[in-house]
Amino acid sequence: MSISSTINQITRNARAAVGQIGGGSDSRFFHNTSKKGETHELREELQSQNKDKKRDAVKKVIANMTVGKDVSMLFTDVVNCIQTANVELKKLVYLYIINYAKSNPDLALLAVNTFCKDANDANPLIRALAVRTMGCIRVDRIVEYLCEPLARALRDDDPYVRKTAAVCVAKLYDISPDMVEDRGFLDVLRDLICDSNPTVVANAVAALSEIQETSGQDVILITGSVLQKLLAALNECTEWGQVYILDALSRYEPADEVEAEGIVERVTPRLQHANSAVVMSAIKVVLGYMELCNPDVVRTLTRKLAPPLVTLLNSEPEIQYVALRNINLIVQKRPAILEHEIKVFFCKYNDPIYVKMEKLEIIIRLASDRNAEQVLLELKEYAQEVDVDFVRRAVRAIGRTAIKLERAAERCINVLLELIQTKVNYVVQEAIIVIKDIFRRYPNRYEQVIAALCENLETLDEPEAKASMIWIIGEYADRIENADELLDSFFLDSFLEETPQVQLQLLTATVKIFLKQPAETQALVQRVLNMATEGTDNPDLRDRGFIYWRLLSHSPQVARAVVLGEKPTIADDTFALEPALLDQLIHQLATLSSIYHKPPEAFVVRMAVPVGHVTGGVGEEYDDDLEYLEGEIGVIGAAKGPSKQAAGSGNGGGTGGEVDLLDLGGVDEAPPATTGGKDGGLDDILGGGGSNGGGTAGSSQANTQVDRPLVCTPEQGGGIGIRAALRQEGGGIFCDMTFQNTGPTPFQVLAIKFNVNTFGITPASPQIAFPAPVPQGGATNYVLPLTFAPSMVASGAPPSLQLQTAVKNMASGHVFYFAIPYDLSVLFAASGQTDRAGFIPAWKAIDDANEVTTLAGSLPPALSSPDAVVSRLGSRHVAFVARRPVPGTTQESLYLSAVTVTTPPVHFLVEITLQAGVASAKLAVKSQSQTLAPMACAAIEGLLRN
Amino acid sequence: MVASALFIMDLKGKIIISRNYRGDIPMTVSERFATYLQEKEESEQRPIFTEEGCTFAYLKYNNLFLLSVTKRNSNVALMLVYLSRLVDVFKEYFGELEEESIRDNFVIIYELMDETMDFGYPQTTEAKILREYITQEGNRLEAAPRPPVALTNTVSWRSEGIKHRKNEIFLDVIEKLNLLVSANGTVLHSEIIGAIRMKSFLSGMPELKLGLNDKLMFEASGRAVSASTKGKAIELEDIKFHQCVRLARFENDRTISFIPPDGEFDLMTYRLSTQVKPLIWVEAVVEPHSHSRIEYMIKAKSQFKSRSIANNVDIIIPVPSDVDTPSFKASIGTVTYLPDKDAIVWGIKQFHGQREYLMRAHFGLPSIAAEGSSANATEKCWKKPVQIKFEIPYFTVSGIQVRYLKIIEKSGFAALPWVRYITCAGDVYLRMGT
Repeated sequence: MSISSTINQITRNARAAVGQIGGGSDSRFFHNTSKKGETHELREELQSQNKDKKRDAVKKVIANMTVGKDVSMLFTDVVNCIQTANVELKKLVYLYIINYAKSNPDLALLAVNTFCKDANDANPLIRALAVRTMGCIRVDRIVEYLCEPLARALRDDDPYVRKTAAVCVAKLYDISPDMVEDRGFLDVLRDLICDSNPTVVANAVAALSEIQETSGQDVILITGSVLQKLLAALNECTEWGQVYILDALSRYEPADEVEAEGIVERVTPRLQHANSAVVMSAIKVVLGYMELCNPDVVRTLTRKLAPPLVTLLNSEPEIQYVALRNINLIVQKRPAILEHEIKVFFCKYNDPIYVKMEKLEIIIRLASDRNAEQVLLELKEYAQEVDVDFVRRAVRAIGRTAIKLERAAERCINVLLELIQTKVNYVVQEAIIVIKDIFRRYPNRYEQVIAALCENLETLDEPEAKASMIWIIGEYADRIENADELLDSFFLDSFLEETPQVQLQLLTATVKIFLKQPAETQALVQRVLNMATEGTDNPDLRDRGFIYWRLLSHSPQVARAVVLGEKPTIADDTFALEPALLDQLIHQLATLSSIYHKPPEAFVVRMAVPVGHVTGGVGEEYDDDLEYLEGEIGVIGAAKGPSKQAAGSGNGGGTGGEVDLLDLGGVDEAPPATTGGKDGGLDDILGGGGSNGGGTAGSSQANTQVDRPLVCTPEQGGGIGIRAALRQEGGGIFCDMTFQNTGPTPFQVLAIKFNVNTFGITPASPQIAFPAPVPQGGATNYVLPLTFAPSMVASGAPPSLQLQTAVKNMASGHVFYFAIPYDLSVLFAASGQTDRAGFIPAWKAIDDANEVTTLAGSLPPALSSPDAVVSRLGSRHVAFVARRPVPGTTQESLYLSAVTVTTPPVHFLVEITLQAGVASAKLAVKSQSQTLAPMACAAIEGLLRN
Repeated sequence: MVASALFIMDLKGKIIISRNYRGDIPMTVSERFATYLQEKEESEQRPIFTEEGCTFAYLKYNNLFLLSVTKRNSNVALMLVYLSRLVDVFKEYFGELEEESIRDNFVIIYELMDETMDFGYPQTTEAKILREYITQEGNRLEAAPRPPVALTNTVSWRSEGIKHRKNEIFLDVIEKLNLLVSANGTVLHSEIIGAIRMKSFLSGMPELKLGLNDKLMFEASGRAVSASTKGKAIELEDIKFHQCVRLARFENDRTISFIPPDGEFDLMTYRLSTQVKPLIWVEAVVEPHSHSRIEYMIKAKSQFKSRSIANNVDIIIPVPSDVDTPSFKASIGTVTYLPDKDAIVWGIKQFHGQREYLMRAHFGLPSIAAEGSSANATEKCWKKPVQIKFEIPYFTVSGIQVRYLKIIEKSGFAALPWVRYITCAGDVYLRMGT
């Protein structure tokens, strides 16, 4: 205490010494903010006749507000201070009203008179202040009074008032679009684009742009003369105004080459602006219009864009981050711009980690045969730094460089070997993972390094590294003398404790070894097959075990063809974004969209319930997913298409999926598959050797078509039609699927992968293997067990009741994408009961903002009694907690709760109010998760209706 | 397309002051930000992230977070640049921005938040103009101030009617050298970040024109380079101008013409990436003897002209974290061990050109390695790069020169520009042995 006050004293003295005008000491107003019984005291002071006392009292109130104390009970007294000539005091009272009007709408009306009076004040500052503040009070009844002053302000003589009024139109549109249109404010705004004052023009553009974005209508209507006005204002308005105008220009589509080049010429001087936001918006316009320019102009512009892009790297690290995410897009769209600038992306030792990671990505994108040597030296340097995550990324980057640049591959391998020599555990593991990829890219070329890898077997403790190493041993068993011993002594003893990823690899590798050296390894393969089929509960592992077993016993020749078949090499995944998406993102430079590399629809929530929402097809997570999918497919040992193609069709699938979802809108409420359908499926899989899947499938077909929505049409799936629905049983989640083959070729093995999603749902195994090939025209059922993985949770994305799915037909190599919709109620756990005592505190602990209510009318007549509702919901895992009659009415309230089986679980508290004999109910759902509450509400309504 | 709310918070994510601009998000979202700070590893934190439909974009400044939140696909570059500008405004008002100065001035901060941003759209961030009508208590006027004309004018950074008894203008040409050198002495990356900082005390609305030995300008004006200048002309790779400079005019004929704001500002910054040899070259020989001692032999050599002097040279050499009993011997300057930074600093007040100095350092190492720290960890410690700081007055690496500064004002006063040149180290890092 004494030390800090001394320091404060020193700081103050220092300030006084350097002659700061500052050093206000308003902090004294905070001193009483924690005192009790202060309200009364404050009220008296607010009513005081002494001006200074009154002003200080208002400051105290605002200080209380600042520290988060509720001072709304002083509303009347504070509003009474509004009649003052002191601008400072007036601003504070206005601020108070903005904060508390919503909770005191009636009292806020008291202030309206003053607002209207101030809007006519002789001082433009007061006029603007009144209009600006009124627009911030989002109370319907006040809005009615806003129109008159606003209409006047839009035509005020003073530009300061006009520019404030322009923004106020956007505020009004946000509360009441109809009122803006009825009063013709849009036309007035468009007139303001031609205002004589540049700041007014800029704000009018900002307001119109926002209304355009909200309404989806073209409200700016950029014509030739408007365009000239905008370009003129661009030279004269403030830096922020320049951003608004540039952003508006970036949405405009020039009529032809001449117009595009004309605009670009006026915009390029902005590249020299000191404000990074101006520069980035200018770059966005130029890049967008470049498409239309002639090649000479494009060449000139390419040269002009490099320096400002490089200079952005000298701004604050946070802004550098934005710049780097944007540059990542730009180097994909126009690689020529920065091809000679790779050095500026070399990491500085003191760069924040998020800057380093982004720079690394760009280094890989810019790596070429010309600079490979330098890039490798640099990456090697990073691989020896301290930060573990960065080091891992650097090692990966070396691998990616090898895959991208064939001529540098050997040098990459050598660097990786040097790194392995350091014996730093995580470096070794990461290096082994990337070497596996290099082997897959350049088969039969670098096997001489295997010996060095084998020296590190005992240090491997991460599943991915283990799996990679095992894959290498299996794949190159014929060149490793003691491959079987290696597997046996390092991995097989702990087979049952390994993760599924490692187990699957071990299984495949052992089979590969057996096929290559049958004589010595028969006992080994027998043991592994036994463990896989009998020792584990993982159906996926079991399935694969059975397949191999059957294959081996049926015909070693066929097994050889399948397991040791030649694999297509993987390709460089550096340029992963699909061209159409990339073009879309280039128009979004500087916005959030350009940070996430996803279209805005993927993360902007417009509606209260984001139903049918497709999280973007690409982006970082998605890249990783594809890599993961590729990895798994490689593991299975079957054909695999180049990843570039996979990524491409992924994007296509994303957009296609959206259309699909609209068609399937109603399906969300469909009941989860009933038990009848899925049993057949289970039989199918576990039915064992002799039975042919086709027959069983045929019998259950009629049944399934009703329960399982069509999620993937045969056209989408390259001849495979899929119906799928989620179901819960015994606390586990399963996906009941029906596969239909309309194509000419039978299929038997599919790889499946979900995109990251709201609850982190993921298939327990990435592979679907049918006991027998599904013939043309045939269909079969399959039950896919699902699990929850934290790594699969789509953090940051709005929740969605869809599983974006990628399936690869292992026979044809075709990858296709679709979405499986599901109902939230499927995830409700059987143990969802909250005890009576805990319910009320839990209900109160949740912010009212997280409460969602709905009126469910015309329910099935069977549900007119509370008991029926309780039993119906109880059977669907919405557990009954308590009930009580609503005093003074004939209504009754039921309290229920539900919890999801997800990790972590989400709790929902439910209140249902019913009137005896009336088949309608009022539903209220509360949850700590604001975005999931509406979904739960909809899900419970759905349960009541079915 | 913009910010919904603005928060200034301490490092734990506790709100110090905030403003809700659009009312479309509850102010409790700040709790999610605090949770993010707590739960995410520092290496996983990003300056921009989205959670449940709300996007958080934040800057760290001193011990504060400045956070803006949006629900839309906003221009995040704009959001972040605004935050950094807001810091500048607060600094100009209060000297320094820290938790205490915010509390001391919360009334004025609310006013500034209201004036610099409307409905999430940045409006005016010119502290000099804001000060004309948003003032601190000390010089508050009784009558309500009116909005300065400059607020909405084309010249939004300068008010009319400024008077100075003595008309003066100072130009500082400051060059920062960023240099990254590999262990074998190869210059990996070198660039010069220059700034021309002006302190303008001129009356009225002066029109200024600045002439530099800019190669492209000579070419644009059609003059032969050699004939017009004694020195050589230089080529600047990228130039960024203060908003007062007429960019279209510059684009046209490379003329730098402007009406300056009053007081101090950065007229322009420029960048060029010529290969320069390290002005101060450092060689380090490190001899670690595991479990007993570690020895350093550092050689520093100045590679600039002998009549120049580098001031306040600091050579910062990383050492392992578990060293003890330091002892130093230096042919010049002083050496200090900074245990909290795991480094030694060799400070030399004046380092003349074309000289070479030596320093030896000796540390003990613990005989038993600490739990979890392998020999490798120790090795990593002394493999961090060596950092060098210095200042060299009356000298620029690029050779940039101010050729003239013409001042035209209708009152016709005469004012002499004062020009100074200085070079200092930005990020200068020499990597240590591989």
